[in-house]
Amino acid sequence: MMKSVGAQSHGNPASGRSWWAGATCAGLLAVGGVLVPALAAADEPRQGGTLNVILDPEPPMLILGLNQQSPTQVVATKIYESLLRYDFDLEPMPSLAREWEISDDGLTYTFHLQEGVTWHDGEPFTSHDVVFTATEFLPETHPRASSNFRQLEDVTAPDDHTVEFHLDEAYPAFILAFEVASFPIMPAHIYEGTDYNDNEMNDHPIGTGPFKYERWSRGDYVHLVANEDYWQEGKPHVDEIYFRLIPDAASRALALETEQVDISSYNNIEPFDVPRLEQLPHLEVVTEGYEIAAPLTWIEINHRVEPMDDPRFRQAMMYALDREFIRDNIFMGLGRIPTGPINSVTIEYSDDVHIYEHDPDRAVELMEEMGLERDGNGNFAQIEMLPLPYGETFIRLSEYIRESLGQVGIDVRLRSTDSAGWAQRVADWEYEITNNFVYQYGHPALGVSRTYICDNIRQGVLFTNTMGYCNERVDELFAEAAVENDEERRAAMYEEVQQILVDELPVLWLLEMEFPTIVNTRVRNHTTSAGGVADTFADLWIDE
Amino acid sequence: MNRDFWNAFASNRGALVGLAILVVVVLMAIFADVLYPRSPWSMVTAPFQPPLSDDVLLGSDTLGRDIAAGVVHGSRVSLLIGLISSLVALFIGVTLGALAGYFGGWVDDAIMRFTELFQTIPNFVLAVVLVAIFTPSIYSLVAAIAIVSWPPLARLARGEFLSLRSREFVLAAVTTGQSTPRIILREILPNSLSPIIVAASLTVATAILLESALSFLGLGDPNMMSWGYQIGAARTVLRQAWWMSFFPGIAILITVLAINLVGEGLNDALNPKLARKGRGR
Repeated sequence: MMKSVGAQSHGNPASGRSWWAGATCAGLLAVGGVLVPALAAADEPRQGGTLNVILDPEPPMLILGLNQQSPTQVVATKIYESLLRYDFDLEPMPSLAREWEISDDGLTYTFHLQEGVTWHDGEPFTSHDVVFTATEFLPETHPRASSNFRQLEDVTAPDDHTVEFHLDEAYPAFILAFEVASFPIMPAHIYEGTDYNDNEMNDHPIGTGPFKYERWSRGDYVHLVANEDYWQEGKPHVDEIYFRLIPDAASRALALETEQVDISSYNNIEPFDVPRLEQLPHLEVVTEGYEIAAPLTWIEINHRVEPMDDPRFRQAMMYALDREFIRDNIFMGLGRIPTGPINSVTIEYSDDVHIYEHDPDRAVELMEEMGLERDGNGNFAQIEMLPLPYGETFIRLSEYIRESLGQVGIDVRLRSTDSAGWAQRVADWEYEITNNFVYQYGHPALGVSRTYICDNIRQGVLFTNTMGYCNERVDELFAEAAVENDEERRAAMYEEVQQILVDELPVLWLLEMEFPTIVNTRVRNHTTSAGGVADTFADLWIDE
Repeated sequence: MNRDFWNAFASNRGALVGLAILVVVVLMAIFADVLYPRSPWSMVTAPFQPPLSDDVLLGSDTLGRDIAAGVVHGSRVSLLIGLISSLVALFIGVTLGALAGYFGGWVDDAIMRFTELFQTIPNFVLAVVLVAIFTPSIYSLVAAIAIVSWPPLARLARGEFLSLRSREFVLAAVTTGQSTPRIILREILPNSLSPIIVAASLTVATAILLESALSFLGLGDPNMMSWGYQIGAARTVLRQAWWMSFFPGIAILITVLAINLVGEGLNDALNPKLARKGRGR
């Protein structure tokens, strides 16, 4: 690129001027760096350098097949790979599969694997590893395997570089099940025939990814180094990555500010720190790269408690809330106002539903219509709220909810708990209202239906239908849509189910949360897929 | 007697200033509902309004709540918790200290070992644990603060009782056949009160600080506005909005200082000899 610019400047005087203007500009941006390399660096990846990434909290392990918590993902996605990656619209892209076909009936998925791929210990990667992972390893270890693979009949390997997945019924969500945290391919030569949780190599992850495990100093850092034998020629660009464990939120913000670390992800940085960091010239904030997670936060309501069993009361609560205020003043602008149960970046989202505007008068009308009467203090009802104990942001949110509902005559009292107490109370249905948020994994069949179907009312299990909401039509629609191969009919079913849910409001959707990835501007190509920071970093490079 | 007491108290200028401030704070607490009839939690204006804005004298916080309303209403919680938990601590401390000092022997040993058990655990850590276990509410806060505050009072009461136990007027009371409770309550207790009152007044100040610290950490009663809560909630935006934590901070500082000054004045008034000795050094 440098050469082409140089050539132009020799070509004619006009572009010569622009060369100077461009160079000065680039020089300023690079904070007084040498002019020509700064320009050159605009496009061409530079080799070398050390990347520092914030890691919090400390992951329990790095074996992605055994643990998929976000800190584990942030590290292990550099080590392990899956068959596919996904772009920001959740369209599949090649990873360990270079090509793939889905049969017209939606029953057979054929993947053609990359050739010449080796594991970090030198063993060749073949279709056998994929079959082993899909049929033996993940069904035993992965909490979402039962929903991801629920229509999977068997997996075959016609040759070393081809894998076929056979389904017993069409399951369109299946194409999204090959994301790396859902389907990390595990080395069969290490795990086959062993106790997966107790394998001696669990301290030393072996994958096919662009970075190899080097060292984990507990409480301090995880160190990965570049894999020289990586199957993508010329990648990765950086020599090594340090994942720095910084347990204190203020120190994490400071580390970014002072350039001790280059990247933060997920909720490393609290929303209230984001506007300040965003203004610093050496940092940029990116909210792409969480389309698979697609977190949606809501007010969870126990339908077993009167008067919250009445949809009109839940509608009244929704009308009482100003969700724009919540987004702008509590989440500092990080998020989108949801229209219903499906996040707008998730597949099968429809906005053809009733929209709840902020309308306190309508809330009062609805409660009067229900026949509720105001008590001596002017309250229609009294409810207790458990604030979600995940930091200041959710405490502020609870305080806001208490005040907003208080204004329409719903008296809310807050009851503080720690996170274990919160989880136990919500799972055991011993709550009235609370906040919660759940990841959607790209498709309603994978991450949405579980919250609303009657079958999933399971006492003692968190992230199920803890509200006790039950509508058989909703169950029917979710079940049929999941296995409907026809795109139009499927879309119609999902639209109907969204309309029903929005009318009945099993929970009150508050915000499609956006996580900020805060990055030093010298780091390039950090967010290249819907996996965001939980992707391989094979393309990432560091400018000097 | 009262006149002497007042003169001695008034001779300490600091104590008078302290008393004046304390009166203001108490008035603020009493008339909070008149000064700011709306709940201190209500969002009355735009968030992040700086001090001296149109409708909010001391600015508004991250949700648009009036800082001044919070400071005024917060004085209630601080004073209430400070007073009640000190009274509870006083009751526990004096009871145990009196029993230990009066009876001596194994009763003394047992009670003092028990007291030391509490003294070896850092106050604040114990308070955090207690509040966390009993879920934060105004009751658990009072209980936790009282439980960590009584040991010094018990030791003080014990010392007083030990020294008074062998004095002539007590021995006289014993020989005239007065009952033990009567001796403790009517003879010794009134004579040992002065240092205990002084210590208790300082306990109030410590209790207010403890409550603020707990609320700062998010362990306050989530339904009661308090100074510690205001600072805790505002610390996240300390660099953007200084006023949110500054005014409640000043309120804590002034109140605690005032109580300490009053405590010193009480000390001068109630223990004239001690006070003079102290100055002479």
